[in-house]
Amino acid sequence: MPLLLAAVLVVLTACSGPFPQSALAPHSDFSLSLDHLFTNIFWWAVVVFLIVEALLLYAIGRYRARPGARAPKPVHGHTALEIGWTLAPALILVFIAVPTMRTIFETAGNAPEGALRVQVIGHQWWWEYRYPTLGIAATNELHVPVRTPVQLEMTSADVIHSFWVPRLAGKRDLIQGRTNRIEFRADSAGEYWGQCAEFCGASHANMRLRVVVQSDTAFQAWIDRQRAAPAAPAKGSPVEMGQRVFRRSACIGCHTVTGISQGKIGPELTHVGGRATIAGALFPNTTDMLHRWITNAPSLKPGVLMPPQALSAADLDAVVAYLQSLK
Amino acid sequence: MAHAHRTSMGLDSRKMAFWAFIGSECLLFGSLISTYLVYKGRSLVGPYPHEVLNIPFTSFSTFDLLMSSLAMVLALAAVQRGDMKQGKLWLLVTALLGMVFLGGQFWEFSHFVREGLGLTTNLFGSTFYVLTGTHGAHVTVGVIWLLTLWVQALRGKLGPGQALTVEITGLYWHFVDVVWIVIFTVVYLIQ
Amino acid sequence: MKSWLTTTDHKRIGLLYFWTAFGFFLIGGTEALIIRAQLVRPAGIGVSAETFNQLFTMHGTTMIFLALMPLSAAFFNFIIPLQIGARDVAFPRLNAFSYWVFLLGGLLLNASFVAGPLFGADRLSVAPDAGWFAYANLTSRQFSVGPNVDFWLLGLQILGIASLAAGFNFIVTILNMRAPGMRMLRLPPFTWMTLVTQFLVITAFPVITVALVLLMFDRFFGTHFFVPSGGGDPILWQHLFWMFGHPEVYILILPAMGIVSEVLPTFSRKPLFGYTVVVYSGVVIAFLGWTVWAHHMFSTGLGPIADSVFAGTTMLIAIPTGVKIFNWIGTLWGGQLRFTTALLFAVGFIAMFIIGGLSGVSHAAAPADLQQTDTYYVVAHIHYVLFGGTMLGLFAGMYYWWPKMTGRMLSETLGRWHFWLTLIGMNLAFFPMHLSGLFGMPRRIYTYSAELGVTRFNQLSTVGALTIGIATLIFFWNLLSTRRRPINAPNNPWGGATLEWAMSSPPPVYNFTVIPTVANRLPLWQTERHAPMEPLPERPPAPIHVPGGSWWPMITALGMPVMAIGALSRLLPVVLVGAAVLIVGIYRWAYEPFET
Repeated sequence: MPLLLAAVLVVLTACSGPFPQSALAPHSDFSLSLDHLFTNIFWWAVVVFLIVEALLLYAIGRYRARPGARAPKPVHGHTALEIGWTLAPALILVFIAVPTMRTIFETAGNAPEGALRVQVIGHQWWWEYRYPTLGIAATNELHVPVRTPVQLEMTSADVIHSFWVPRLAGKRDLIQGRTNRIEFRADSAGEYWGQCAEFCGASHANMRLRVVVQSDTAFQAWIDRQRAAPAAPAKGSPVEMGQRVFRRSACIGCHTVTGISQGKIGPELTHVGGRATIAGALFPNTTDMLHRWITNAPSLKPGVLMPPQALSAADLDAVVAYLQSLK
Repeated sequence: MAHAHRTSMGLDSRKMAFWAFIGSECLLFGSLISTYLVYKGRSLVGPYPHEVLNIPFTSFSTFDLLMSSLAMVLALAAVQRGDMKQGKLWLLVTALLGMVFLGGQFWEFSHFVREGLGLTTNLFGSTFYVLTGTHGAHVTVGVIWLLTLWVQALRGKLGPGQALTVEITGLYWHFVDVVWIVIFTVVYLIQ
Repeated sequence: MKSWLTTTDHKRIGLLYFWTAFGFFLIGGTEALIIRAQLVRPAGIGVSAETFNQLFTMHGTTMIFLALMPLSAAFFNFIIPLQIGARDVAFPRLNAFSYWVFLLGGLLLNASFVAGPLFGADRLSVAPDAGWFAYANLTSRQFSVGPNVDFWLLGLQILGIASLAAGFNFIVTILNMRAPGMRMLRLPPFTWMTLVTQFLVITAFPVITVALVLLMFDRFFGTHFFVPSGGGDPILWQHLFWMFGHPEVYILILPAMGIVSEVLPTFSRKPLFGYTVVVYSGVVIAFLGWTVWAHHMFSTGLGPIADSVFAGTTMLIAIPTGVKIFNWIGTLWGGQLRFTTALLFAVGFIAMFIIGGLSGVSHAAAPADLQQTDTYYVVAHIHYVLFGGTMLGLFAGMYYWWPKMTGRMLSETLGRWHFWLTLIGMNLAFFPMHLSGLFGMPRRIYTYSAELGVTRFNQLSTVGALTIGIATLIFFWNLLSTRRRPINAPNNPWGGATLEWAMSSPPPVYNFTVIPTVANRLPLWQTERHAPMEPLPERPPAPIHVPGGSWWPMITALGMPVMAIGALSRLLPVVLVGAAVLIVGIYRWAYEPFET
């Protein structure tokens, strides 16, 4: 029965598109190790499953009660069988245990010399990244260079979160007072999806992230942009008007924009315009979404600390334009 | 109380149940002691154990509790041989020694509080008070139990026929004593 | 009515457990259906995040503590004394106490759904919302502001008392109240698995009690056991919880395995294959169950040595588990199988549990688990072992023992519908979850991105859940409609071998007219060396004393929820009143003349 269902599922799902958060499409050394281990176990599991279910189905088919049949032999047991079917699973488990132990030590999170170190700090419900050797910070979208070992050193500012980008790495938890490490080397450039995988409160479902793996040149360009302070907006431009709205609004209490404000409660916005997503990688970074988010964040992301903002339509347009300029 | 029926293992059911209960309580105290040990040395602020723990004083408390176990043994022996005069006496002595222990705990805790160690002051305070407090609550229950039996004896309703009840009381009391030995060793002696 | 409130008869208590637990099962199932309705499409159907978080928390808590454990307890209560040849359990009033504490604890937990206004909340429900294992430090007062987590930790402490009391009771009952000749290795496998389970209960529940008390101190008195800013470590919660939590899952599965070990021989007309191995493997599982707890914590950064140790012990425990499955197949092999609904469910258990067991092995591989844990893959595993395992096993027990418990037969036709819809429904519901998990869907989320590509799997799961719901309603109808039938089930409708089939259905209040002397494991069957036991006499040779009821178990039980309400409302006088009720109840109970 389950086999039939599995077949049906495979057929039904074959028409689905790419799976951006798939654990079965590894793109790093770490996730490849995990995938190999899982595949190994999966096939053993299939073998055991087929044997057991076949024996079961045979037994229930072959030994149906037939009218007038003799009473069954009262067999109480069979020592050799017991030994056999104890040792056989034990042997299979050895074939699983050895690669498991090896992979555990391989993926313990210790990075080679020269790895790029990134500190990850989890918040309810967004991600903060700091690059100590590069002197830059980022939010929600983690940029890393391709084919370079990256070491994430992760902790939490509040409750337990879990950093999970299936195509690039297994998950590890972010726990206040501790530092957990993930080490990986991405094999191809691209945008990889992830999300928090430890229940962390009202908007756990909405705490998402992207990892942007870039070529060395693109990564360097990104670093340079992150290092740069925002340019002064042109006088009289909508962006300048937006900056003035920003400075006199509640925004500055929670958000940092280099040279403008130093709020530490919410994500840094110095380079928000350069991100593909907003609100914890929850929404695309579009004019419309920025409008809706600023107007009433809690209605879009339950429990979020950012209160609804009562800005006039003109002010709202201006501040959105300003944020979009912060690349 | 129920008559003793024939039992499959030859042990009175109430006694067997009580041993199972003691096994369970070992896990309870074991978890609390483990928590104490896990957090040992991890307090962010003082007072720290060596600053407040008074080993001479607590040694006296420990001795007092050990003597109370001796009194309990004497109480049971007396009840079993039908000497209710001695039985009443030793039950009362056990309870009194238990109360002395509790008094000592109260005195010690109020001293610690005056020294600045409260329940929420640091991890030492939290783990210490919850562990010793749980033990103290067990002693309190024991004292009430002993006094109940003592009153029952005063009313002439406790005799050799109720020796099993007194034996189980003794089991409880000795267990609480042993737990204290462990706490004393782990918290006070091994710092 | 009064007789039900004061009953100390294990058979009545068993029925009370059954109906109460089944009611909670329906509540937990409703919670699941709402969850599945919400997840049928990415943006949901309008269930709010807060409500959703309460729903999955209560679904897990209800199913584990208020449905599965008490349904097993229904059978412990009704069947164990009959199987061992006793007239009742060792401590009948303690037995009643366990039931009332369970009922009251369950009511307290569920009262949270409507208690919001009493706490000045802006919504009706303040049900627990931090997940059924309530990880610190989300559960600290800072991050869980309302009374939700308080309901959870107080409710579970109360339920723990119920389980502990029953644990002591059944250990003594099984060890000490066996009929003459009923040696340990002649005990029916269900009795053996129950004994092992009770040892797990009395050792594991103290650990969670400590965890809950420490959390209570954090939330009520300002300690920092699990609060990092005060030096506390959230990981300590996980260690304490899972040291309880892993034995708990064996507490959940072993009784159902015991039921399967009863049903298969009866309907194969041959003895359980490898009885001794099946019994010892249960004991081994219980011991090993203490060594594996941190496999729930592979993503917390335990370090490679700890990861390796726990991966190893977890794989090890698969061996005694697998051995049971082979022995069950060995029981069917060469038999004369009668496919009653009970046998269908028992075979279904084997077929589904192996799947859950195999996904469990994949979890044991710690690095692979880093992709699986906290996703729908593990939700699939849980439900294959707990629904496909425990629940199917419990259903087998219900069809098997219903005639004995009520004197009425359940409809086999409705039973077949129940079985097939359940089997189809559960695979439709839970198999796709392996895939949605591997394709990136974490657990405990009220909404998901359409672009993940898991919508189709979620739709299948929802259809499956609905199918299970319909199947369950059919079963419920089966239960209710048989109440109109005459009480005319035979003593031994299935031709079972064990003592519970030796007397009328339902049994007389004293169970056995004469306590039998037992010569082998299968007293009612003709075996190679023994004729079936002589039928019990129609009437007892002398009047049999049966203890009356008592009010004190129920009254004592009432003290605890009163204390909890006092704690919830921060009213010390109420706590003291509850304590007084508890103490007075204990004293009156202790001094009540009560002859067993």
